[in-house]
Amino acid sequence: MKDITDTGDGKVRPNDPPEDSDELKSPPGAQRPKVPVRKEANRRKFIRTSALACGVIGLSMAGWLPVANATKTRLRPPGALEEHDFLSSCIKCGQCVQVCPVAAIKLGDIDEGYGIGVPFIDARNQACDFSCDAVQCILACPTGALTYKKPDFTKTRSGMKLAHDPILKAKAKDAEPTLNLKERIGVARLARPEACLAVQGKGFKGQARGANFKGTMRYMSVDRWKPVPVKDHPYERDVCDLCVTECPIADAIKLEEFVGPDGSKRHRPLVLEQCVGCGVCEMICPVEPAAIIIDERKEWKA
Amino acid sequence: MASMIERIKVMLGSEPQKPASFSPEAKEWHSMKRMNKADFESLKEHAREHQLVTHKWRNRRWVVLLLSNLLFTFSFWLDIQMLEGALTASRFVGFHLIDLNSALQVMLAHKHIIVNLFIGTATVFFLWVLLGGRSFCSWVCPYHLVAEWFEWLHLKLVDKKIVSDHQFHRGARTIFWVLFALMALISGYTMFETLSPTGILSRALIYGPSLALGWVFLLLMFEVFYSRRAWCRYVCPIGLTYGMVGTLSPVRIMYRLEHCFHEGDCKKVCLVPHVLDMVVKGRAEHTHVPVGPDCTRCGLCVDVCPSGALQFDVKGLSKML
Repeated sequence: MKDITDTGDGKVRPNDPPEDSDELKSPPGAQRPKVPVRKEANRRKFIRTSALACGVIGLSMAGWLPVANATKTRLRPPGALEEHDFLSSCIKCGQCVQVCPVAAIKLGDIDEGYGIGVPFIDARNQACDFSCDAVQCILACPTGALTYKKPDFTKTRSGMKLAHDPILKAKAKDAEPTLNLKERIGVARLARPEACLAVQGKGFKGQARGANFKGTMRYMSVDRWKPVPVKDHPYERDVCDLCVTECPIADAIKLEEFVGPDGSKRHRPLVLEQCVGCGVCEMICPVEPAAIIIDERKEWKA
Repeated sequence: MASMIERIKVMLGSEPQKPASFSPEAKEWHSMKRMNKADFESLKEHAREHQLVTHKWRNRRWVVLLLSNLLFTFSFWLDIQMLEGALTASRFVGFHLIDLNSALQVMLAHKHIIVNLFIGTATVFFLWVLLGGRSFCSWVCPYHLVAEWFEWLHLKLVDKKIVSDHQFHRGARTIFWVLFALMALISGYTMFETLSPTGILSRALIYGPSLALGWVFLLLMFEVFYSRRAWCRYVCPIGLTYGMVGTLSPVRIMYRLEHCFHEGDCKKVCLVPHVLDMVVKGRAEHTHVPVGPDCTRCGLCVDVCPSGALQFDVKGLSKML
């Protein structure tokens, strides 16, 4: 085996010449001057490196496109800062995902650009029902992207603040019945009143979302600490009021009476100011697609 | 001190320089090695013949790497709450641990540091100062392991002359580090995280596969067909962050001139061969030279050296023993 030796000119001559050192491979007698060849190799290396730099930086900037082109923001977990602050402060670790008892929180993929690894909730498939009682995801967040109290310098909108701490129905009898949550994450809206069973004067019987629905929810009548599959908890209602009864927050939604076109008594859900936007109404709504939905990160407008 | 600054400069991208002066002992060794060529050659042959071919450090490292990553996975799957989170930030039995580069990105983008973020970052900082800085790369980073496997493929193809390694300027990584920091500061987005294969792989192992794995695969293909270990060598700012942290680390590889036959096997297996400049004949400034902070302490050189010239060393501890 040949030694690697110091050639004395600051260049090392290894056993296998590196790809760039063309001068080492030139056949004997070839009249190729040494310096220009190295210069040429260095020039090529410089161009290659510049291309790499442009490529990597360009790609990292391309992550902005999905953020800029998003037609609506994702529903972020409770306690989330406003979208831009949220994307800055989230460290993409998923600790919020791990503590959620109903696995409502998912992480964004690379198609969301800078939203990669950032948590969101797809309420129709699995809403946050606050079955953790203490907003565990906020507690788990190591960077304050989810926070009980926003720092003063971060942005906020007037309609996001809740009038008072929401009362959790499940804890209504406890000494401290409120959730430590200062802002809503969205607000519910009866988007398709014509599809709403109550508006049609209809009741509901059976599994709210069918036999194949994987979502879970905490039912106080079953177990306070163990959420169960929604499909295992069938309902029977003369007038469908699932969005109202299953709402985990007190005074967030109620059934309002009105007179239908045929003169009969009808009902419709009325969203109230205490709505935090958790999405349980959207998840439980038995019609397809849901009649009531969450407007993600929307402020309350009276 | 001067040699420390020199080693940091090499980490940032400058070419290793021949030392200006040598210690008397090193000088003596250098001249001794030149004196009797035949003796030297026969000693070398002897060392070769008695070489213990081993993958001791590589195997240890792979086990540690796999276990630490799988601990995240099983902690979540089995709900044992040992190590919650991902590599970017986690809690080890309740104690916050936050990856230094991710923390830096978030701090620069968000411009607000809450107590938990500070505690987690400080803990990890001290942990990796103790454990060797870039040892994070080779002992923990999941991309390092996958890239190591694909590197094997790359070397096979190079051997068959199907592909060749296109090198970039190592200074590129320093520029990327500065640019990613500036972009986070200015845009308020943690832009590097979108591309970071470390974060992507860590999350994929814990929370399930994602489209982002496609990007990681493209990176690996780039490394197989175009440039050996390109991401770790020329791009990844995580490596430089930990490299800076490991500058003062007591854990390092120690080069011992008297055992070296200058055959260069170590440089061939090394991810960062510029840190092994002292193994070149006539380059070692002293008889014992610690390998610079860019070294990932992966131990491949320790495994491959036929004569034990490269060894793990803990500053202070080795002297005590």
